Amino acid sequence: MKINLSVWRQENSQSDGSFYNYTIENVQSDLSFLELLDMLNEQLMAKGEIPVEFDHDCREGICGSCGMMVNGQAHGPQKKTAVCQLYMRNFKDGDTVTLEPWRATAFPVIKDLVVDRSAFDRIVAAGGYVSVKTGSAPDANAVLVKKTDADQAFDYATCISCGACVAACPNASASLFTAAKISHLALLAQGNPERKQRVVKMTQQMTAEGFGDCSNHGECQAVCPKGISIDAIAQMRREYIRTKLPFG
Amino acid sequence: MAFSSISNSEKSKPRKSESRKSDHVAPPAEMWQSSIGKKILTGVTGLGLVTFVVIHALGNLTLFFSAPTFNYLAYVIERLRPLLYLVEFSLLGLLLIHIAIGIRLYVGKRSARRIAYTAYESAGAPSRQTLASRTMIFSGLLLGVFLIWHLATFKFGPVYRVPGSTDRDMARLVFETFQQPIYTASYVIVLGFLGLHLRHGFWSALHSLGVATKPSVFMGSDDLGRAISIAIKGLPIAIYFGLLG
Repeated sequence: MKINLSVWRQENSQSDGSFYNYTIENVQSDLSFLELLDMLNEQLMAKGEIPVEFDHDCREGICGSCGMMVNGQAHGPQKKTAVCQLYMRNFKDGDTVTLEPWRATAFPVIKDLVVDRSAFDRIVAAGGYVSVKTGSAPDANAVLVKKTDADQAFDYATCISCGACVAACPNASASLFTAAKISHLALLAQGNPERKQRVVKMTQQMTAEGFGDCSNHGECQAVCPKGISIDAIAQMRREYIRTKLPFG
Repeated sequence: MAFSSISNSEKSKPRKSESRKSDHVAPPAEMWQSSIGKKILTGVTGLGLVTFVVIHALGNLTLFFSAPTFNYLAYVIERLRPLLYLVEFSLLGLLLIHIAIGIRLYVGKRSARRIAYTAYESAGAPSRQTLASRTMIFSGLLLGVFLIWHLATFKFGPVYRVPGSTDRDMARLVFETFQQPIYTASYVIVLGFLGLHLRHGFWSALHSLGVATKPSVFMGSDDLGRAISIAIKGLPIAIYFGLLG
C-alpha cells in the first residue's frame, strides 16, 4: 500500500520546525511503524537527504525509547502499544499519517521526532528509589507482601518511562509517570522508610521541571503502552495527604 | 555501607534529626505551591461549593409546594443572620480559592505546552477526557460571572414585602424574574454549564482526594451533574410556562 507521511522536521532545539510531506510506496501490512520510518530514511539517504531522526532501541515495546504522536495520538491508534509494536495493518492504502514529537516544555525537541526526556530521570533521582543494604539477595518470603499489593505494585512497575502520558495529557502533566513510581514503592515494605519524603520530593521535582498540573482528564491511562491506571495518581494523592497527617 | 565506619552514637543523633526534618508536616501554604496540594484544595473547595448548590437547589424546590413555604424558608435563613454571615464568608473564601487555583492550573497548562499539536485526538476509553473536562476553566468562569448576576437579581434585587408583613416576598421576585423570556433562557443555559462543570468536577474532586478509583464514581458524577442541573432548571422553566402559581 501507499502511505503519505507528514513529518515534523526540526534541525535542533533552537531552530523552528515544520512539516515535510513524504510518500512511501509498496508498504507491507506486516511492517512495524518504525520499519516504515526505516524505509523512509533509506529513501531519503538514497537521495542524499538527511534522514528523519527518531528514538528507538528494543523495538519490542519494553525499553520505552520510542514514542511519537501518530495522527494526534501518542504511540498511534492501537491501545497498550508502543509505536514500535504498531503495525501497518492498522492503516489503509493512501492514508496520510501526521507525525509529531511529544510536545511539552519539559521535553524539548532535540531533533525531528526526538525529545529530551531527562526530566523523568531527575524526577526519579529526587526520590524514586529505596535505600537498602546491598549484598546477597534476601531470602524469598522474608518480607511478606499481600498478593493484591504485589500485583498492583508490579502493574505500576511496568512503566517504561516513554513519556506518552505527558504527550497525550492536555496539560502536559507527568502525574501518571510520577505516580506510577511513587505508588509502586508505596505498596511495598521496602519503600516504607522513605515514603513521606519520596512523594514530596518527586512531585516538587515534577513541578520544577515545568510539567503541567493534572486535571484528571485520564487521557494518560488511555495511551499508556503498559495500561497503567490513574489509580496510581489517586494513590500518589493519598501518599501526599499522609504527609499532612500527624498519624499518617 | 558507608555508615559502617561511623560509631553507633554518632550515627543515631544526626540521622534522627534529619529524618524528623524531612518528615516535617508542611504548612498549608506548601499545598498552594504543590501540584497535588493544588488539586486537593480545588477538590475540597469544589465539594464545599457542590454541597451548597445541592442545599440551595433543595431550598428552591420548596416553591413547588407553595409561595408561603418558600418565603418562610427565606425568613428562617434571614433570622439566622450571624450564622448566615459565617456561611456566606466561608463560601466566598471557598469560591476565591477554587477560582484562583483554577486560573493557575490553566496558566500552568499553557506554559507546560507552548507549541500546540497540529493533530490531536483523544484515544477514547479508558480516557476520561470529555467536553466537560476540557472546558472546566470556561464553564467555571462563566459560572463566576453568572453568580454576580444571580446575586444582583435576587439577594440584592428589588425588595417586595409579603402583604401585611415586614417579611421579604422572595416568591414574588422569583415569579416576576422568570416571566422574562430572555432572563429565563439565559438562566437555563448557564445552569446547563453548571451541570457540565459538575459532571467532570464531582468525580475529579473525589479523585484528587484519592478516593475515587472506581468507574462507577465517574459515572455517578456524570449523573449527579445532570441531576443537579435539571433540579435547578426545573423551577424557572415551570414558572415561565405557567406550570406553577
